[in-house]
Amino acid sequence: MRDVLDFEKPLLEIEARLAELRQTGSPEEAARLEERLRRQQRKVFANLTPWQRVQLARHPRRPYTLDFIRLLMEDFVELHGDRAFGDDRAVVGGLARFEGQSVVVVGHQKGRDTREKILRNFGMPHPEGYRKALRLMKLAEKFGKPVVTFIDTPGAYPGIGAEERGQAEAIARNLREMTALGVPIVVLVTGEGGSGGALALGVGDRVLMLEHAVYSVISPEGCAAEILRLTAADLLKLGVIDRIVGEPPGGAHRDWEGTAEAVRGALRATLDELRTLGPDELVGQRYAKFRRIGVFEEAL
Amino acid sequence: MAWWFRRREGEGRSRKVVIAEGLWIKCEACREIVYRAEVERNARTCPKCRAPFRIGARERLELLLDPGSFEERDAGLRSQDPLGFKDTRRYRDRLRAAREKTGQEEAVVSGTGRIEGHQIAICVFEFAFMGGSMASAVGEKVTRAVEFAARKRLPLVIVSCSGGARMQEGILSLMQMAKTAAALHRLAEERVPYIAVLTDPTTGGVMASFASLGDIIVAEPKALIGFAGPRVIAETIRQPLPDGFQRSEFLLEHGMVDLVTERKELRELLRRILAFFAEPSALPLP
Repeated sequence: MRDVLDFEKPLLEIEARLAELRQTGSPEEAARLEERLRRQQRKVFANLTPWQRVQLARHPRRPYTLDFIRLLMEDFVELHGDRAFGDDRAVVGGLARFEGQSVVVVGHQKGRDTREKILRNFGMPHPEGYRKALRLMKLAEKFGKPVVTFIDTPGAYPGIGAEERGQAEAIARNLREMTALGVPIVVLVTGEGGSGGALALGVGDRVLMLEHAVYSVISPEGCAAEILRLTAADLLKLGVIDRIVGEPPGGAHRDWEGTAEAVRGALRATLDELRTLGPDELVGQRYAKFRRIGVFEEAL
Repeated sequence: MAWWFRRREGEGRSRKVVIAEGLWIKCEACREIVYRAEVERNARTCPKCRAPFRIGARERLELLLDPGSFEERDAGLRSQDPLGFKDTRRYRDRLRAAREKTGQEEAVVSGTGRIEGHQIAICVFEFAFMGGSMASAVGEKVTRAVEFAARKRLPLVIVSCSGGARMQEGILSLMQMAKTAAALHRLAEERVPYIAVLTDPTTGGVMASFASLGDIIVAEPKALIGFAGPRVIAETIRQPLPDGFQRSEFLLEHGMVDLVTERKELRELLRRILAFFAEPSALPLP
């Protein structure tokens, strides 16, 4: 079986047997097995280790930004380029309609097959990707439209060209400008939140996170996942995110539509909440939100 | 390296310059053995290749500020261990060791001072404190300094010397990037100038936040400056890196910094910049 994680295997085996039973066996037997499958699924997903969550967040069949846009929005018009150097295919964005409302969407984009993975640089943006994103956010601000961003990147690309063209500057500028953008920004961490390369699209009024997404200061490998505190539950506790969006049983990759519906509900509610706030209120509250993150002590 | 200059056990591997006891020291940039007194006379710069030796925060303040003008702020602000972090050592133990080694509570020192009479707010990073890494406490001190500068309308100077985020505080250290950048937006709205001084090294989350956001960005010669570390880049692209890659002069050439200035000229440069901004604007502001 392709693209199957170790801890998913027993579940998929039961599912295969269940499918067989439905064809040939008795309905009672099938119902019993289905109940067993649900129990098993709950057990596995209730006890996921942080590393297993990293694997889910990176799952090759997980929905990516363009999938979410297609499932959630209408009339999407993709816009390209930073107007300075080029178009970074690791970041996508454009105009869209969400629940009858115009929004600007921006997000990291990973590739599905080898060719597209290379085209999208595995979701690792260059500076021009961040500059394109900022250009679109400024467009949203100019015309008073909310911004929705999707976060799913291993990190900003570490390469020669990226450094030559100011990767650090592009990220820093996005952070500064996003903290003061005069329209609502809703951030949704859908997969991997890889360090500064994620945060460069991640400064918003509300930060939502899918249940099995991860978000961390450094790429988590193996046991580092345990100590970094990168799961949605950890981040909610630390005050870094505002809301966890539950995934369907088995994870987002097993049910794109179900995932999109959960996101739709959360996104609609969040945008409604923010709609009543004026630019100054938004910016003031956003400042306060990031201002208070951190833990330290002070001797008087 | 000759045996008589070998590092003593326990000295950090990442320190660029090993200072042996005695009259002579080695410059890690050009690998020459140079006369210590000559280095000291030159604001701790190698007389052969002009690369600056790394210096601590207190020494930097002495070099830049009018004697006796420094008044420290938030001196008692320091890190906790929010994640209960432990890798090969406990974070708490690392913090304790860093405090003992440097005599500082944290990786940044902040306060106010004067340069040729110009009153400024200033932050200086201490590399010897866990590589100058940005913990919650560091982000908080920088943010407070920026907010103070905005409130008092004091020009701000931040001398960075940092490998980036402090991994031991996980996501909380990453968020300090947003926090400091947000504060700098407010400073910009107040039209208070911010001069970023980049020294060796300034990388990662520090370079990808406040260090890149100066109205004027000055770098010391030959400093390593960039987003990703050179080792990570070399491993990713599987090619040797070009000569001088991510050094100050490389950034100047690519338009990423305003100028590269030798350490002994830095105070005079800051004086000129401060004098420029000290004059009230003769024109109506937009």
